[in-house]
Amino acid sequence: MSTVEQVPPQGSADESTENAIELREVAGLSQGQIVRRRFLRHRGAMVAIVVLTLVVILAFSSVGIGGWTGWWLFTPNEINVVINGGKPTLLLPSWLGGDAGLWFHWGLHPFGQDEIGRDVFARVMRGTQTSLIITATVGIVATGVGIFVGALAGFNRGRTDDILMRVTDLVITMPVIVIGAVLGQLAGGNNPLIFGAFLGLITWTTLARLVRGDFLTLREREFVDAARVAGASNSRIMFKHMLPNAIGVIIVNTTLLMSSAILLETALSYLGVGIKAPATSLGLLISQYQEAFSTRPWLFWWPGLMIVIIALSINFIGDGLRDAFDPRQKRIPSERKMAKAMSVDGSVARSMSSTVAPSNQIGNAGMGPS
Amino acid sequence: MAIDTTDAVPAGAPARTPVLSVRDLGVDFYVDGTWYPAAIGVSYDVFPGEVLAIVGESGSGKTQSSMSLLGLLPANGRANGSAKLGERELLGMSQQRLRQVRGKEIAVIFQEPMTALNPVYTIGFQIVETLRTHFDIGPKDARARALELLRLVEIPDPERRIDSYPHQLSGGQRQRAMIAQALACDPKLLIADEPTTALDVTVQAEILKLMRDLRTRIDSGIVLITHDMGVVADLADKIIVMKDGRVVEEGSSIDIFTAPTHPYTIKLLEAVPHLGRSADVLAAETSDTSDTSDTSDTTTADRPVEPVVAPETAQDVVLEAKDIVIEYPGRRRQPAFRAVDGVSLTLRRAEVVGLVGESGSGKTTIGRAVVGLLPVTSGELRIVGQDMVGATLKDLKPLRSKVGIVFQDPGSSLNPRLPIGESIGEPLLLHRGLKGAEMSRAVERLLDQVQLPRAMRNRYPHELSGGQRQRVGIARSLALEPQLLVADEPTSALDVSVQATVLELFQDLQREHGFACLFISHDLAVVEMLSDRIAVMHNGRLVEIGDAAQVVNHPRDTYTQRLLAAVPVPDPVAQQERRLTRDALLEAQRDELERAEIARAEQLTDASEKADLDAHDVLDQEGGHTTGRGF
Repeated sequence: MSTVEQVPPQGSADESTENAIELREVAGLSQGQIVRRRFLRHRGAMVAIVVLTLVVILAFSSVGIGGWTGWWLFTPNEINVVINGGKPTLLLPSWLGGDAGLWFHWGLHPFGQDEIGRDVFARVMRGTQTSLIITATVGIVATGVGIFVGALAGFNRGRTDDILMRVTDLVITMPVIVIGAVLGQLAGGNNPLIFGAFLGLITWTTLARLVRGDFLTLREREFVDAARVAGASNSRIMFKHMLPNAIGVIIVNTTLLMSSAILLETALSYLGVGIKAPATSLGLLISQYQEAFSTRPWLFWWPGLMIVIIALSINFIGDGLRDAFDPRQKRIPSERKMAKAMSVDGSVARSMSSTVAPSNQIGNAGMGPS
Repeated sequence: MAIDTTDAVPAGAPARTPVLSVRDLGVDFYVDGTWYPAAIGVSYDVFPGEVLAIVGESGSGKTQSSMSLLGLLPANGRANGSAKLGERELLGMSQQRLRQVRGKEIAVIFQEPMTALNPVYTIGFQIVETLRTHFDIGPKDARARALELLRLVEIPDPERRIDSYPHQLSGGQRQRAMIAQALACDPKLLIADEPTTALDVTVQAEILKLMRDLRTRIDSGIVLITHDMGVVADLADKIIVMKDGRVVEEGSSIDIFTAPTHPYTIKLLEAVPHLGRSADVLAAETSDTSDTSDTSDTTTADRPVEPVVAPETAQDVVLEAKDIVIEYPGRRRQPAFRAVDGVSLTLRRAEVVGLVGESGSGKTTIGRAVVGLLPVTSGELRIVGQDMVGATLKDLKPLRSKVGIVFQDPGSSLNPRLPIGESIGEPLLLHRGLKGAEMSRAVERLLDQVQLPRAMRNRYPHELSGGQRQRVGIARSLALEPQLLVADEPTSALDVSVQATVLELFQDLQREHGFACLFISHDLAVVEMLSDRIAVMHNGRLVEIGDAAQVVNHPRDTYTQRLLAAVPVPDPVAQQERRLTRDALLEAQRDELERAEIARAEQLTDASEKADLDAHDVLDQEGGHTTGRGF
């Protein structure tokens, strides 16, 4: 910000007034900084990021990964003595309507135990881990394929476009669940990475079409012509000039794709064609415990709760990113803030003599639709 | 009627009460925790039958102060002060009551009719909607009234057009439809926000004529918001000049144009490129005599059009085009669209040739073909010794360092994600492989040349004003010291005063570097200022080419004559004269135009050819209505 003040544009003093007011909000910031600033202001997305980070940390640190066992007492497949019918020992504090006094009471098996005594907390954490890995893999693979196909089709148009888009259409026409089932059968089982990669290979279509659409409009922009006249090669134009301008669409859709990926994984595992025991995932947990719905409902709650938390967080982050990248999204400042700024700012004290009664401001003339 | 424009106000004003009386109007915007004023202390009166022009550059608050009257400010805007429509206070009026005022008592004509009209409804529906919102009127009566309005705004064949969708009309017809909608409820006040800026100059002349005609008939006050001094001179009775949100000068149209007092107004008027500046005296003479009787220019006037070019050595010619044809390929069943048809043009070293024409005339197409962005379908095109017909991307690589292009829209021609230093340096990186300190020096040198501070190289395009962006565009195009520069309407997106400084810079650079330049523009005044020779295009063909002074002062082709006659000049008295001349010219050319129209109608199997429709509009008007208007 400070650099702006240092360099008063010489010889163009009268040119700088144009759009001056609208530009004040973005003065001295690069495109990336503007986006970051808008994103950081999005309260929902910020909360979601915190929640998601906590979930990730919890899932990976509690039961560990690979050779590392984590800090939790039990491992997911360890069979223990069933205590108190396996009921959760977690008690809510009194301010949440529970009877644990001032703070949570954890106990030995906070999420309870299943019928053969396995610790549900450990199982849910492992399942969350698997689901998160799958989600991330799907995101990476689908984004890569989607960008590649979409960019090629949008940039080259004509034949390439026709062929690539027909292939995309073909993939879209096939029901994801069916293909997922087949691929899952072939590649699923124990390895979430392979399973995620295969899911990624059938979910890239939306992104490919969006990137193609973006590239089609971008290639008509004059800066692309300018780059071509400057002698830039096709790949330079695509990667240096067009891709950064399409990044908004890509990031936003990747997050949304990831939140649907976790639901897809759940659905496939529930149907029994995804991750298989002894590995576990949230969908598989729900599927395994569905008979116990009436007798041990907690077996059902926890994986469901995790799915909802993860999917919601990712969606909120996607929302925040979309708002941040969309130049048309202008924050409408709150009435209170505006009124406060007006009373603080002495230079506009005359504005206080507005004919608009302060109590009656909403929906008044001179303010546009509220 | 032509005399009315100057006399009406002083005679009639004092006795009448103003339609709109604005006192101490201020508009503020809330950005990032602070209120910034966009308009401060604006006061004016508008009387019935009077045109008040609000003149100023973008960002001067002229549009926002007018939109605040209708309660159409963005959500972070506030208006204060007072604006009275008759006896009623507009500021602070409730939405509900304001809705009754909008459209009925205050109507707006927007700048861009294509976006202001709803594309999914017919224009008839949209006019009827306005009528039925405000009056208790049956659909049949409303339709009859809509037809009447369309007749009032002189849309040809209104019975058929009433059921047309906006995209089926030409730009001029769309603007007429919007005027009809604005007039639907006999508003007391009409706000015209840059009503002709998006239109071609001949269409603009028609719309201005219509508006001049209407204001005497409907007797409502008109607030005309514009930056075009020519339009102001043509239409306004009173003028207020705004700068940075304040009114710096106000007065009658004649006073402001003949004796401006505020330095900003003087600067603004000086910045307007004045058509025929090179031969102001001649212009007056030619207005009543035809081009044959003049003495000073007989030599050029007698010369035949084509063989002006003396035999040149091959090195001296940087651009040579012979009968080039450029077609846009058709899709599926549509035939290819021929944008340029048999154009021959030669550019010598260090020569500036202006290429003039209306939208759809193919001038930009030629510019893009010259830099190799479009393939030439047939003919011969040699640029700096490189044959462009059938050239591959590889063939063109060496050419890139010899030809540069400045694009029309500086906002779109710079990559928003790259700092401008990188944009400027890109050609250097790609052709000379400059890096690091060497590159920095080169970029700084280029920034110096276009008079931008060196520190600006790290800024992003959105932080720059339009003029600064265009300077960056020029710097980039000059990075490799090209021998030929194509400038595609480089100043049409800029404000007048900014345009003046950019053009000045451009002239200096041209003199200094001595590159040849193909200067494409729709603005004859700008082209006249810069060019050695002017080429005029119409419907893909070159209709006239010659020395700048000859083309501007003694146009030989009838289309050039019409084009020149339509350009408004920033001087009310001279403009009034030009209007009469133009009407006489159109009258004289009427037979020819009608014949041309018939010929085109036969040729036009595809009724939806948009490019043709634009030209059609003018012809329709001329053919049917010139006689009925009392000129």
